[in-house]
Amino acid sequence: MGRDEFFFLLLGLKWTVALSAVGFVCGGIAGLGIALARTSGIRSIERITAGYIAVFQGTPLLMQLFVVYYGLALIGIRLDAWAAVSVGLTLHASAYLGEIWRGSIEAVPRGQTEAAKALALSYVWRMKNVILPQALRISLPATIGFLVQLIKGTSLASIVGFTELTRAGNIVSNQIFQPLTVFAVVGALYFLMCCPLTIYGARLERRFAASAR
Amino acid sequence: MNYTLDFTPVIDGLPDLLAACLGTFLLAISGMILAIIIGIGGVVLRQSRFKPVRWLVIAFIEIIRNTPFLVQIFFIYFALPLAGVRLDPTPTAIIALGINGGAYAIEIIRGGVQSISKGQVEAGLALGLHKAQVFRLIVLKPALRAIFPSLTSQFVLLTLSTSIASAISAYELTSVSQRIESDSFRSFEVYFTVTAFYLVISWLMMRLFAFFSARYFSYPVK
Repeated sequence: MGRDEFFFLLLGLKWTVALSAVGFVCGGIAGLGIALARTSGIRSIERITAGYIAVFQGTPLLMQLFVVYYGLALIGIRLDAWAAVSVGLTLHASAYLGEIWRGSIEAVPRGQTEAAKALALSYVWRMKNVILPQALRISLPATIGFLVQLIKGTSLASIVGFTELTRAGNIVSNQIFQPLTVFAVVGALYFLMCCPLTIYGARLERRFAASAR
Repeated sequence: MNYTLDFTPVIDGLPDLLAACLGTFLLAISGMILAIIIGIGGVVLRQSRFKPVRWLVIAFIEIIRNTPFLVQIFFIYFALPLAGVRLDPTPTAIIALGINGGAYAIEIIRGGVQSISKGQVEAGLALGLHKAQVFRLIVLKPALRAIFPSLTSQFVLLTLSTSIASAISAYELTSVSQRIESDSFRSFEVYFTVTAFYLVISWLMMRLFAFFSARYFSYPVK
């Protein structure tokens, strides 16, 4: 594998990073909404969001990308592969992050909510300044774990036809007939992205477990 | 919006799709069995007296957990023939699923084994049980019980990731649906239906695990 091929892989890597970032940021914003709706205390809204989460956690990401890709075209929204995959990953991330953050919102001791209510704090104020900062801390290891899962999940965009790292690897391997070398390098690039996150997440988890004791 | 939904190709392909559901189910179950074997073997090696062996297991776990399954399956697909093993796509997919699931299973099972207190093992040995009996009855079974919930969610994820095996055209639901889609061009209808099938499959998997849990692990703790 020459320098040109490696450079082509790096171009693909750029799109993998971009996809992961868009999916995580947009999915995070939507996921926060899901988590708040899921803990809103309004029965019907909680049911609907629970169903939303169950659907996304019970079906393969690949199918979700397919359905979004062809479904958007169906309702008249013409998007290129990049935008369609971004939407798919955003929806996927919103469900998973919503569920992670629901768990951490519920893990904040009830007394905190009661105290905030007793002080007559509004819902927005209570969430923004009392509950969510604590929930965020609790959720951090799981959130980072999901980010790793999301980065790995962007590889499925290659099957829909978007040229990110894995598809770049496919293209290069078809050109130079060295699939093992190419996929070892592709795997190493993913590893370099994910491993620091995994280590950081594990360290946070250990630290929180120690401070909880 | 002037598109009319047409589910005829889906209905015509229903026998194929249902057969493929079974294919997905078998792929997932075979992958899980291999994952459990690799998981238990990995835990034993992970606690080996020799440092290099422990490092190898840790390296294996971290490499698998920090790279996408799609890349792993491509790598294995191309690596096996070079190692002199010629396999069809479906067995290749089972091996890939087993290796991927196994790496996660090692960490999960290890957590369970560590939850067994040393006194239990010593008590078992003192009662004259053989080492293998102690491992099976006093370590493995209670450990499995402790980790069953996390094992369940990991294996539901494994079931869902069988769809990625379509990339090497293993026999399962996604590859069959892709064939029907390319024959009929009814992409949305096909994938929408198949998504619903996957929802049922993962629900059934969860019921199956709940059944096993009730059947084998519902003895009192103390």
